[in-house]
Amino acid sequence: MPRFMTLIRIDERNLPPETFPPDFEQRVGALLEEMTKAGVMLDTAGLRPTAEGTRITWSGGRSSFTDGPFTETKEVVGGYALLQCKDKAEAVEWTRRFLETHPESWHVGAEVRQVDGG
Amino acid sequence: MTAASTAQAVEAVFRIESARIIAAVTRIVRDVGIAEEIAQDALVAALEQWPEAGVPDRPGAWLMTTARNRAVDLVRREETYARKLAEVGRALEDAPPPEPADPDDIDDDLLRLIFTACHPVLATEGRVALTLRLVGGLTTQEIARAFLTSEPTVAQRIVRAKRALAKAGVPYEVPYGADREARLASVLEVIYLVFNEGYSATAGDDLLRPALCEDALRLARLLTALVPGEPEAHGLCALLEFQASRTATRTGPDGEPVLLADQNRTRWNRMLIRRGVEALRRAGTGPYSLQAAIAGCHATAVRYEDTDWAAIAALYGSLARLAPSPVVELNRAVAISMAEGPEAALPLVDALVAEGALRSYHLLPSVRGDLLERLGRPVEARAEFERAASLTRNARERDLLLTRAAALAGLTP
Repeated sequence: MPRFMTLIRIDERNLPPETFPPDFEQRVGALLEEMTKAGVMLDTAGLRPTAEGTRITWSGGRSSFTDGPFTETKEVVGGYALLQCKDKAEAVEWTRRFLETHPESWHVGAEVRQVDGG
Repeated sequence: MTAASTAQAVEAVFRIESARIIAAVTRIVRDVGIAEEIAQDALVAALEQWPEAGVPDRPGAWLMTTARNRAVDLVRREETYARKLAEVGRALEDAPPPEPADPDDIDDDLLRLIFTACHPVLATEGRVALTLRLVGGLTTQEIARAFLTSEPTVAQRIVRAKRALAKAGVPYEVPYGADREARLASVLEVIYLVFNEGYSATAGDDLLRPALCEDALRLARLLTALVPGEPEAHGLCALLEFQASRTATRTGPDGEPVLLADQNRTRWNRMLIRRGVEALRRAGTGPYSLQAAIAGCHATAVRYEDTDWAAIAALYGSLARLAPSPVVELNRAVAISMAEGPEAALPLVDALVAEGALRSYHLLPSVRGDLLERLGRPVEARAEFERAASLTRNARERDLLLTRAAALAGLTP
């Protein structure tokens, strides 16, 4: 049963309001609980804003560092989930359910990638 | 979505939901065999309707409602049902149970299904096949390939198991009280057997066998979520997480077994080790928990030299008191030889040889050969390695043992 890394992508320049709708947390919580109970969810977390991040590039024999925010990128990784699923279709289905817990007015993306050799 | 991808999506949804659907429907029809047929009918309905009408917003709920409706219809069609009842020889309540509103009720249904599929009234292979089919969502073909047997054989096992459940009139419930421990032990044993089948699979060409480890892990994780208060469930889960963390390093490039001492620990899966450590915190003092603690000692040793052999020897001591077996005793001897030296362990191994219980077990002469070699007795050690080589059924292990024997040949006068 392969593992899949779901990368949640958000547009930091276009973030939804600070206040989540009242039932949002509860809906996400219920789904995460369901995924844990199904033995699918291995690990998941949200990431701090890119304003607190640093990019490091190794190129031409030198390391260079760029502090966030990374405003030139339209979408950045805002969180991840590591899933253990039978196949990609199952990982996609769980990811769709996760995205659909968000309010309709939000724009959130996700990229499902299989873990190599896992 | 193309028709093909819709079909894939339908099947993914079905896999996610099928155990719960079967569990909920069994509450209505009181028979896992009939419940499984109804769940399959709901899947067929989805495969027919969704490509035309589109995938519904809540596909899982659609399948569940469809299956429940069919189950209720079946119960209401008295005539048909009376015939079915005659087959399963069971009486039924008048009204179907209400749709569960509370997630806890759904968990409860799933637990009932697990306890039913693993019921001690069934033969072990029937339990394994039924659990993988109903709870794990594997197809009969997948189970057959994983267990190196034919599809009709597995289908027959499943049919027999369903009949046996119906015949014994096994109540569809989560056991509490006196027999809960025995019933839980039966569930844990099924999961452990599934894992071992995959773990000891040396026929590595077919990935479905190692995949059984993943299926077992998923079942173990699911079980700990459903019965969080059962330390042995956490113990089993921890044991499997630790074992699975070493999968990539257990065999070399040509499929030859790599000993624990020689495994590349940097390639052990850190995430699985971390999950094992977390599960171990909630484990207890039962046999699976003790084995998990031993596996944890190995998994958390950064280098082989860091292994806490004294702790491992003590844990094997506890295990020997709880569930004594010659194999446990042999492992305890190995741990003692590492903690205190080969001379402390040799009498334990000699006692096992005298006992004769492991007469055909290649690891007994293999361990004894190792102890004798370390004690500077190469002639006897070589004979033990050769005896071990003649006992093992695994060609790779035989090569390894004969190599060790040959290496000692130069040292013998």
